[in-house]
Amino acid sequence: MALDDRKDTDFKFVGTRPDRPDGHDKVTGKARFGADAHAPGMLHGAIVRSPHAHARILRIDTTKAEALDGVKAVVTRADFAHGLSGEFGFVLENVMAGDKALYDGHAVAAIAASSALIARDAAKLVKVDYEILPHVTDVDAAMAESAPILNSSYADASVPEGLHPNVVRYHESGHGDVDAGFAKADLIIEDSFKTEATHQGYIEPHACLATLGSDGKGELWCTTQGHWIAQKTCAALVGIDTSQLRVTASEIGGGFGGKTTVFVEPVALALSRKANRPVKIVMNRSEVFRATGPTSSTSMDVKIGMTKDGTITAAQGTFRLQGGAFPGAPMEFSAMCAFAPYALDNVQQIGYDVISNRPKQAAYRAPGAPMASFAVESVIDELCKKLGLDPIEVRLKNASREGTKASYGPRFQRIGLVETLEAAKSHPHYSAPLKPGQGRGVSCGFWFNHGGETSVSLALSEDGTCQISVGTPDIGGSRASMALMAAEVLGIDYENFRVTVADTATLGYNDVSHGSRVTYASGLATIKAAKDAVNKLCKRAAAKWGIPEDAVYWEDGCAKPSGANAGNFDPIPLAEITKNMGSTGGPISGHFEATPEGAGVSFGTHIVDAEVDPETGKTAVVRYTVIQDAGKAIHPTYVEGQFQGGAAQGIGWALNEEYIYGEDGRLQNSIFLDYRVPVASDLPMIDTVIVEVPNPGHPYGVRGVGETGIVPPLAAIANAVSAAAGVRLRHLPMSPPRILRALKAQTRED
Amino acid sequence: MKNTHVTTTINGDPVEYLCDTRETMLDVLRDRLNLTGAKEGCGTGDCGACSITVDDRLVCSCLMLGVEAEGKKITTVEGMAEGENLHPLQKKFIEYAALQCGICTPGILVAAKSLLEKNPNPTEEEVRFWLAGNLCRCTGYDKIIRAVMDTAADMRGAS
Amino acid sequence: MKIEVHLWSGLRTLTDGLEKVEVEASNTGELLDALAKDYPALVPVIEAGVSIAIDGRIIATGLMEPLRPDQEIYLMQRLKGG
Ligand code: FES
Ligand code: FES
Repeated sequence: MALDDRKDTDFKFVGTRPDRPDGHDKVTGKARFGADAHAPGMLHGAIVRSPHAHARILRIDTTKAEALDGVKAVVTRADFAHGLSGEFGFVLENVMAGDKALYDGHAVAAIAASSALIARDAAKLVKVDYEILPHVTDVDAAMAESAPILNSSYADASVPEGLHPNVVRYHESGHGDVDAGFAKADLIIEDSFKTEATHQGYIEPHACLATLGSDGKGELWCTTQGHWIAQKTCAALVGIDTSQLRVTASEIGGGFGGKTTVFVEPVALALSRKANRPVKIVMNRSEVFRATGPTSSTSMDVKIGMTKDGTITAAQGTFRLQGGAFPGAPMEFSAMCAFAPYALDNVQQIGYDVISNRPKQAAYRAPGAPMASFAVESVIDELCKKLGLDPIEVRLKNASREGTKASYGPRFQRIGLVETLEAAKSHPHYSAPLKPGQGRGVSCGFWFNHGGETSVSLALSEDGTCQISVGTPDIGGSRASMALMAAEVLGIDYENFRVTVADTATLGYNDVSHGSRVTYASGLATIKAAKDAVNKLCKRAAAKWGIPEDAVYWEDGCAKPSGANAGNFDPIPLAEITKNMGSTGGPISGHFEATPEGAGVSFGTHIVDAEVDPETGKTAVVRYTVIQDAGKAIHPTYVEGQFQGGAAQGIGWALNEEYIYGEDGRLQNSIFLDYRVPVASDLPMIDTVIVEVPNPGHPYGVRGVGETGIVPPLAAIANAVSAAAGVRLRHLPMSPPRILRALKAQTRED
Repeated sequence: MKNTHVTTTINGDPVEYLCDTRETMLDVLRDRLNLTGAKEGCGTGDCGACSITVDDRLVCSCLMLGVEAEGKKITTVEGMAEGENLHPLQKKFIEYAALQCGICTPGILVAAKSLLEKNPNPTEEEVRFWLAGNLCRCTGYDKIIRAVMDTAADMRGAS
Repeated sequence: MKIEVHLWSGLRTLTDGLEKVEVEASNTGELLDALAKDYPALVPVIEAGVSIAIDGRIIATGLMEPLRPDQEIYLMQRLKGG
């Protein structure tokens, strides 16, 4: 798509830091999130879940539950659509089990009752007869010959022969000749790594309010990163036409990828249809952990060869990802992102997607990339240490630049990795002295970013103000960014805009708020829609002056004649034109619908200092600096916020967070007390540096910023901890017991 | 099912309600009184999203029963602004972008206000430990801590 | 017009060992159609979702992007995000 309105400098609004438009509602408690909706006659839903990791469902007896006063409907799998295949089939199987319960927490039935307490009581009265089957939850165990088979029909054509049926997809890519490359190396390090599954940990549990009639028309209010995908999926799962289901996105209390699919929504719709009343379902925290979409856990092998001067001669990685009971673990992204920061002549990466008795994984910020980066950047760190080289110099020496053939194939367009490394090198953090017991780590990270289907509509009001309707839920201040970009095009102040996240009935299709795409794609669409409105404004001015349309241009919020030949007219401000728009040709709006295909990939470099207590094995992160290429920061404060949030989640992943399954296949830590995310007293201030190397695919140069920030932390912290503890940690999280074990093992070796 | 009658004060208003003895204060606020500012992030006292004050003590409303409000003085985030004037913390949170998704914000504001009432001049460490019971998954806490510290400084200057 | 397409190496088993194939196409949609026709084993892969990089610009889903023989074209697994 031609970017005729391209602009890199001289911004008036873009790059400023105004208050967000939804701030007032969010600090006063007025903002309405998923669980904050009520409807007349509303019922409450509760879900019956399997306590077994793998079991055949022999019989579901709901008579006692149905007999309880206040119970209005009970649904099981029979109440959903039949014959779905592909991703919809997997999602249905995940939100309501069919023949088998595939993990601890898998939904098997649901109740709607006049109060939440009655619904919960009734759920306990549902009797399910199970035939318990052998289960497996570890990725390596699930690939082993003796592993129980979850489903023998899931493997696709990519899987080489001879592998266990739990291996359902396979990826291999790279270029050059790795064996020849390794032969040129002065030092080769090959190591194995593991990471445990983590959860996005959004503070708002999944919640929805659904109404569906026997006429096949429905309304759904839910907390989601994408209400069009919710619309499409829910309609398919309950067997109605997509357009008959109107979905409104509530304010969203965090998602990070975990709210890109549906869990309770189709269940509430099915219950509502049966009871003929609105039904609200709100998950509790334990349900969120047990039955939504955590990340994959991984087992990885990485081998890298380096010459004495720090040149990488060859790199090879194998990434095995367990993604729960269904295909879809993002192993191809682990593989493709693993070595992307480096210009390599010889590289090979292999990925395995493995199913196991765990909940279906969902996306989590740069899905698949952080784990791979942990393994690769740990090996590079070890090579630097053994060869006595500076880790930033080595990364600079091998860094991908514009024109480099990426490890995943094509050549990079303009990218900003080198700029982030240079900024890291000259940052005072990198040269600050360390105290005894502390270690410093650095790591690079890469993510693709995404465009996706996008519709934006913008309507001018008679008083010269402007309403913008976007279709991407605002997770972290995107309404402010949209208003800034529209202000830039229309040339009127930020305060003149009201940005609304429109429902599915009032705007064309929009892809999910994911892939760091909102500021990029909705931003591009907002710019184009504003441009469309500007063209119409110029046309009105041209008609008034009686000159050709192309003799009018738009500047500083006014239509102006383009030079002396066009005539000598005073500029007409926007509000002058809109004042009479009804009688000069009708309302003025701007629209844009497209799938922008110019998302810019992005890189970051993180520096972290950690201190390890050898007595307890506890790690404290004492200093943290995030440096990332944003392309162009539309609202720098919210860009910093994304960087800081990504780092904090990465710190949790590196040090504490993990899904712990018992021998019985049950999740043992399904509350925040036991699944410990970082709290305020665990963290230091997180310093940020915004690098701006414009993305050629966006009018103002925007790259996504939401995801890349979680890629470098795992390795950066592992490198810092390994330096502080004097022993290499290869298994995340580096919780105190794991660090103590590593320290003990090392003392034994010495 | 027997409900209990409760008489209490919420954000300065006299309030009466009936509730099941098993219902939490958070359920009562949200489902019976339509005060949905307090959020349920966990229901187990670990996230602080449901923070309220009861007779000026900071409490997780998910750990308190609705019947325990009898005769008490409750405040929630809805009672923080005075008329149309936002509390200084509320203003500063917007100005500093101390919220991204905003689900943790009501609880953090209630908790931070309670801190500043007890300690108008907290150190960074004191703020971090006071707010350790309030999870925020979006911000990494940096901007939240700065907003609280700076509000404290402003309020000290003003008084 | 003949377009050279680089495949990821995992697809070798489906293309008789080739990692680079030539097909007749003038845009991204035609390219996928031609791949499906010439290498039927690739059909499930294409249906599962692929992206196409044109001189480094990654086309996530677009079928209408024009192609020229002098461009470097890579087939990639479908991009998505969190
Ligand atoms: S909901 Fe009360 S502490 Fe989390
Ligand atoms: S702003 Fe989202 S949890 Fe704090």
